[in-house]
Amino acid sequence: MAEKYIARSKAIAARMLGGEMMVMSAADSTFFTLNDVASAIWQAADGRTPLSEIVGGRICQEFDVDRERAHRGADRFVEELSQHGILLVSDQPLVESSATLVSQ
Amino acid sequence: MSLLAEMNQKALNLGLPITVHFDITYRCNERCVHCYLDHDDHGEMTTAEITNVLEQLADAGVFFLSLSGGEVLMRRDFFEIVERARQMLFNVKVKTNGVMIHAKEAAKLRQLGVEQIQISVYSHRPEVHDAITKLPGSLKRTIQAIRFLKSQGLKVSVANVLMAGNFSDQQGVITLARELGVAYTLDPTITPKMDGDTSTLALRIPGSDLKQIFHNQELVGNVEEFCAPPPAPGDDIMEGYPCSAGHTACYISPYGDVFPCVQFPLPSGNVRRQKFLDIWRHSPQLNEVRSIRARNLPTCSTCAHVGTCTRCPGLAYMEGNMRGPSTADCQKSFQRTGIPSANMLAGSHGGSIGQLIQIRAAG
Repeated sequence: MAEKYIARSKAIAARMLGGEMMVMSAADSTFFTLNDVASAIWQAADGRTPLSEIVGGRICQEFDVDRERAHRGADRFVEELSQHGILLVSDQPLVESSATLVSQ
Repeated sequence: MSLLAEMNQKALNLGLPITVHFDITYRCNERCVHCYLDHDDHGEMTTAEITNVLEQLADAGVFFLSLSGGEVLMRRDFFEIVERARQMLFNVKVKTNGVMIHAKEAAKLRQLGVEQIQISVYSHRPEVHDAITKLPGSLKRTIQAIRFLKSQGLKVSVANVLMAGNFSDQQGVITLARELGVAYTLDPTITPKMDGDTSTLALRIPGSDLKQIFHNQELVGNVEEFCAPPPAPGDDIMEGYPCSAGHTACYISPYGDVFPCVQFPLPSGNVRRQKFLDIWRHSPQLNEVRSIRARNLPTCSTCAHVGTCTRCPGLAYMEGNMRGPSTADCQKSFQRTGIPSANMLAGSHGGSIGQLIQIRAAG
């Protein structure tokens, strides 16, 4: 299976509130709150670290979850957030973009 | 409960400021007849100072940031401020008259990911709108701005402040907003000027016009439900607090002064001299505001409307007592339901306007 790389979109508003990440898409104003596991994936979405490494390395260790279950959950989470333009997904590492916050 | 309501409740429980209204200038290119501001520059915060405040707000947990004025585009560094705010991932709303927004500015706002732009429109007729703003040609330029913003796919809303002089044009503004494809919001609240001058209050629409608004299905939805007599208040109502001012929201002036709300000129600290979080957590004024519950209100706690009134503690403060009634809201409750408020039954027509000291020289 091809590796996935994920990066946080800049076209969002986000803030940590009492251990949960609040995220709002500037594209469609969809509002999400991310639980601690989802927040950890979000924080690790630097565009350079493969998703498998984020899940296997950080999520499984930090939250003591089964690797296969964690991968399934992460895939669903990434798919949903990418549909709202909140996470960018690629099979190649994503390079940090410039100051542009919304794609033209 | 919606996710947004849940988030607000969580912020309230945690004592976090989730919303900040930040006026970055009081300067303006219009001179609206109802405006409560002094448009001189008494020493606005610099770009660096504002950036520092934004960093503090982000650290404090602020999510919703309204940038307003004055006219925000009077600041040459406006886009730099917005860019910094968006880099800090605030949800940014901009309030403007739109006069200085052309294709380039609209594109920049889109590029920066501004969530919403609110634009003031007083009438669909230039002779009425321009007479209120005292800027000839302003309606034309404002409408052009809305079109530029819409062409960028931005979310735009029209704010229609209602006064005696433009009340009859309200339907025209609704139709204009519909034609432009933008949301319409109505505001019948006219406040005293910041220096305590109450002359603007003469512009308020009379009660009979308020009644007409509250019984307009297009504006309020289900009129029967909206205008229903208030239910008897339970303990939850009496233990409730009036609004988000000082609880999950606050206001910052261009000079760094912090207040519970833009409409609540109780000086609570200054970010030029204190850390924002120290003001938010420890200001005696903000803590006093937070301590007030409906049961503590000497007149309003006995009022039939206590559970449904839009009582504004800031307007009450401007009438002399933050625990007192806000007579403008007494009128609204009365015109909505036909039931007089406790304050009206007591024969009070509001106290004097206390000295307002919202504008301060820097230093």
